[in-house]
Amino acid sequence: MSTAEHRVDDLHLRHLTKRFGETAAVDDLTLTIAAGSFFALLGASGCGKTTTLRMIAGLEDPTSGSIHIGDLDVTNVPPHKRPVNTVFQSYALFPHLDIFENVAFGMRRRGLKDVNGPVMSMLELVELAPLARRKPAQLSGGQQQRVAVARALINRPDVLLLDEPLGALDLKLRRQMQIELKRIQTEVGTTFVHVTHDQEEAMTMADTVAVMNSGRIEQLGHPADIYELPRTAFVANFLGQANLVEAEIVSASAEVVAQAHGNTFTLPGDRNFAKHKQVIVGVRPEKLTVLDHFNAHLVPDSNNRVTGRVTDVSYAGVSTQYVVRTPWEQDFIAFEQNMVVGDRCEVGDEVVLHWSPSHTFGLDGTQDVNAGISAEALEETRAASSLGGE
Amino acid sequence: MRWLRRNIIAIIAIAVLVYLFIPIAVVAFLSFNNPASKFNIRWNEFSLDAWTNLCGVPGVCSSFATSIGIGIIATIIATVLGAMISFALVRYRFRGRSTTNLLIFLPMATPEVVMGSSLLALFLNMRFPLGQVTVIIAHIMFIISFVVVTVKARLQGLDPRLEEAARDLYAGPRATFRYVTFPLVLPGILGAALLGFSLSFDDFIISYFNAGTLVTFPIYIWGAAQRGIPVQVNALATLVFVLALLVVLVAQFVSYRKRKSVQAH
Ligand SMILES: Nc1ncnc2c1ncn2[C@@H]1O[C@H](COP(=O)(O)OP(=O)(O)OP(=O)(O)O)[C@@H](O)[C@H]1O
Ligand SMILES: [Mg+2]
Repeated sequence: MSTAEHRVDDLHLRHLTKRFGETAAVDDLTLTIAAGSFFALLGASGCGKTTTLRMIAGLEDPTSGSIHIGDLDVTNVPPHKRPVNTVFQSYALFPHLDIFENVAFGMRRRGLKDVNGPVMSMLELVELAPLARRKPAQLSGGQQQRVAVARALINRPDVLLLDEPLGALDLKLRRQMQIELKRIQTEVGTTFVHVTHDQEEAMTMADTVAVMNSGRIEQLGHPADIYELPRTAFVANFLGQANLVEAEIVSASAEVVAQAHGNTFTLPGDRNFAKHKQVIVGVRPEKLTVLDHFNAHLVPDSNNRVTGRVTDVSYAGVSTQYVVRTPWEQDFIAFEQNMVVGDRCEVGDEVVLHWSPSHTFGLDGTQDVNAGISAEALEETRAASSLGGE
Repeated sequence: MRWLRRNIIAIIAIAVLVYLFIPIAVVAFLSFNNPASKFNIRWNEFSLDAWTNLCGVPGVCSSFATSIGIGIIATIIATVLGAMISFALVRYRFRGRSTTNLLIFLPMATPEVVMGSSLLALFLNMRFPLGQVTVIIAHIMFIISFVVVTVKARLQGLDPRLEEAARDLYAGPRATFRYVTFPLVLPGILGAALLGFSLSFDDFIISYFNAGTLVTFPIYIWGAAQRGIPVQVNALATLVFVLALLVVLVAQFVSYRKRKSVQAH
């Protein structure tokens, strides 16, 4: 395989839209995917992930908008002339060709003569060299999947599109392939755009995660940033779990104070995205500490707290999950590390849940889940939260 | 009783096979006969005359060759046209597409007598001399329907993502067709061609109307049946059957060998 330095450019999608009849499968998508990054597109079924990939590959014509690779406008370039390759959701291996010829296909079509070496070393990379002469139908799902990756990757595209390539695999093989893909990506430095349903997969593999909902990107960023500070209820719920309480802002400045059901919650002003007085106060389950109510005096005064009764305890080795029913009949979920032996709370115990304001986030209380968060929406949110402070 | 219940499927299967193969076996058996009368229907004595002297009766071999020739020409033309029609019907939207779809089926649905006689009327009207050409034209007409039906089904069953994958892997429209679409549809086309050939070889009614003075193999047998069918006809029929059987066996063997060699890897 040639190791010649090959310049890779950023991928830009600008106002990309695809309509099928009335419905917009992809709705005004604008984003830049940095060269050499591992970008994960995450979202529920039918939110437009595959359609986005197909447009990047050239297999679907955008209704409007443009696609650039570096300065090159590829919007109207046919798929076979784009420096982009796809690992299809269903693999789409050529059934009449053996594994070797499947992998060699791209090189042969580009008129390259010496395919033997590159193909065999690519097959070695995905540990399929001994099966080179088999037909795809004679491979297991996991093996077919690796052929699909090899077939695309051997072409050293600027951008590799992966449409849920690990969806059909069992958990163990899936983890193995995740590590493998990540390793290959780091090694070859190709831009990976990876579509998945699996939020854990997206977070562990990607440099940048975009959460998509109804054809729009709800939030985009480093996995940890999105997880720690979701901007919409959709993102908070889709990416991991969240405890969300509807509340009303009573004062807002550097610190936002909100009330609900007689409880007062504080959070840093820059973690609040509510536009008006209505706010959804949220916190991730692992940020909560569970204390027996006898120990309530131990809760730091500055911390947010909620009281309730434990309705479920499930012990999972490294951690314990508690479900706590609040007086207003809402279930809070808390994960606790099992650091002390014994003395755990039990079902029926009255407990206090508390957490630091710096782990709290505030979401727009009037939001419909579909609203996309854009830069100007964020501005408005900031303006609204300072307005709420009067 | 229990024995019967356990083996009933095997018994029925054997019965059906016997039922299917008895006529063929009788034909083959009688090809080694030296009939006492003109009619080769009762066993008389063993003889290899028909086999050593296949063309011994005037007209047998020439009509056989005529039918083979007509079959090959009609099949090739019909297969090429039919395959192209199927691609057009499946891949392109054009005016009259659904009408074409319907018309293509008509020759299959039309009774052969009707089709044979109307073609005859057409040729007579046009003062077109009857003979090999008119028979070939008639055969192409009905073979095309079968080709279109088979190839269309194959094309529609083709996963569109395979062609997309090819395009994604630097294959332009021509290369996609040549390296992916065509090889995947080829078995369907070949199957249709085989079926078309045997339909053509076998056809009597339509050929009879449009043959003029031309004698195809079925027409020859029809004529000979009045006077007593020569044993050579049995021999030729057996030969065709054995050839067909060999083709099937070889195909089976090749795919079996392939599977074996893969497992050995
Ligand atoms: N060819 C098409 N014609 C009409 N509607 C389509 C077509 N392709 C996709 N859609 C619609 O566009 C929307 C987005 O589809 P898409 O395949 O991009 O979803 P996805 O996010 O990949 O979902 P999944 O996770 O299930 O694969 C869906 O509502 C789907 O029904
Ligand atoms: Mg999809």
